[in-house]
Amino acid sequence: MENVREKAEIVDAESLGRAITRISHEIIEKNVGAKELVLVGIRRRGVPLAHRIAAKIQEFEGHAVPVGALDITLYRDDLQTISHQPVVGQTDIPVSIDAKVVVLVDDVLFTGRTVRAALDELIDFGRPRSIQLAVIVDRGHREIPIRADFVGKNVPTSRREVIKVKVTEIDGHDGVSIGELLS
Amino acid sequence: MIGNRKDLLGLEELTAEEIVSILDTARTMGEVLERPIPKVPSLRALTAANLFFEASTRTRLSFELAEKRLSADTVSFQTSGSSVSKGETLRDTAANIEAMGIHLVVIRHQASGAPHYLAKVLEAGVINAGDGTHEHPTQGLLDIYTMREHKGRIDGLRVAILGDILHSRVARSNIWGLTKLGAKVTIAGPATMMPAEVERFGVTVAKSVDEAIEGADVVNILRIQLERQRAGLYPSLREYSRVYGVNRERLRRAKPDVLVMHPGPMNRGVEIAQDVADGEHSVILEQVTNGVAVRMAVLYLLAGQKAAGVPVVETPNVEASKRHDEPTLSPRR
Repeated sequence: MENVREKAEIVDAESLGRAITRISHEIIEKNVGAKELVLVGIRRRGVPLAHRIAAKIQEFEGHAVPVGALDITLYRDDLQTISHQPVVGQTDIPVSIDAKVVVLVDDVLFTGRTVRAALDELIDFGRPRSIQLAVIVDRGHREIPIRADFVGKNVPTSRREVIKVKVTEIDGHDGVSIGELLS
Repeated sequence: MIGNRKDLLGLEELTAEEIVSILDTARTMGEVLERPIPKVPSLRALTAANLFFEASTRTRLSFELAEKRLSADTVSFQTSGSSVSKGETLRDTAANIEAMGIHLVVIRHQASGAPHYLAKVLEAGVINAGDGTHEHPTQGLLDIYTMREHKGRIDGLRVAILGDILHSRVARSNIWGLTKLGAKVTIAGPATMMPAEVERFGVTVAKSVDEAIEGADVVNILRIQLERQRAGLYPSLREYSRVYGVNRERLRRAKPDVLVMHPGPMNRGVEIAQDVADGEHSVILEQVTNGVAVRMAVLYLLAGQKAAGVPVVETPNVEASKRHDEPTLSPRR
């Protein structure tokens, strides 16, 4: 991600906060409460986002939703082609997901391949009643038939553009920016 | 990736950063092994061959399991029952294996330097699973991993390695890895089994086992090979046990939270007393568990290297590795 020229911030911290609040409400509405929920963030930025959604749900429903983290590196379909082998992080699913409603949380939905890997990995941990997907930004260009249940913002992009969701826990501040791939 | 390496031949040539990256990856692999389905699809596209020219149970099973946990296909052989007994050369055996489209070769061989030779002639990645008296890098890594998981660090740790240092590839890999990561290594054993000028490697030679154990955070006890007695390197098992064996009494000199380690197979009652082997300080079976995670990490990291297709660091040439044909260091006179 070194050769990216940042063009503009398209979502500021306040709007990002509002999107998280709205997604939290929608999750509660769709599932008629929060009792059966488990939130699972996809590393790295999906994890702090999942924790924030869980905090909102607790605020609205008074119920603490368990939060897990998924590192999909060992389930990637491109280990044979990428030029830099990614560092493997830890997966941590703190509760049984059997018969639960799992909401996967990620920052950006693009080709869908990350979500594909996450689904494969998650299913190796148990048999949830259903799996849903929440993303902050859907930027289009899907390569496999995957869609999100909860979307913060739809951002039409070209393939040469780069969407970066920033969260305070990792990047020091909140926001979404759009950039352009150089070279 | 382990640097830009195609092979893992020893810990001597690795940097501290490379060792740490293997240990960090191994921790994730340890977590994979505790999942309801302890298997990931990462190496589905690869085939690994385990070539064991020397008997091994633990190491071979551990490598096979590590390969299977990463979804690689595996083929294995032990010398007996293979074409080696029909006089095929190592190079021909290897060439045939490569002709079958194998990506990773795990080799144990009685000749020091055999893995280096294979690494040179094969495009496949080569992992040394123990070569003669040279190195056994994955054992060294799993020992260091076990120490690190318990103590939280290696830097400044006092590690005693006891027994036949001269002929031990486990000792050699431990010494290379531990000293690179900043441990204070002390060795002790029969004078006939101490390498000369070993201090050059940054280790301290203790006058007795008691002295080596004094204040140790870790005591790593090496297997005494029974055939060395015939070679006259120690008088009798009883004598060895009395002078060099680690028993409860001796262990009191170590730190109260000392870890007792042994690469196996153990000679109970010889280099390690029964109640020490099974005692509260023993992490010997944990070493075996950790061995699978560490080997998964090595396989995964080398496979990534093969996949990325970036230029690889040439392994030392065969000429240079000939020095391993004899124990690197000659006996103390």
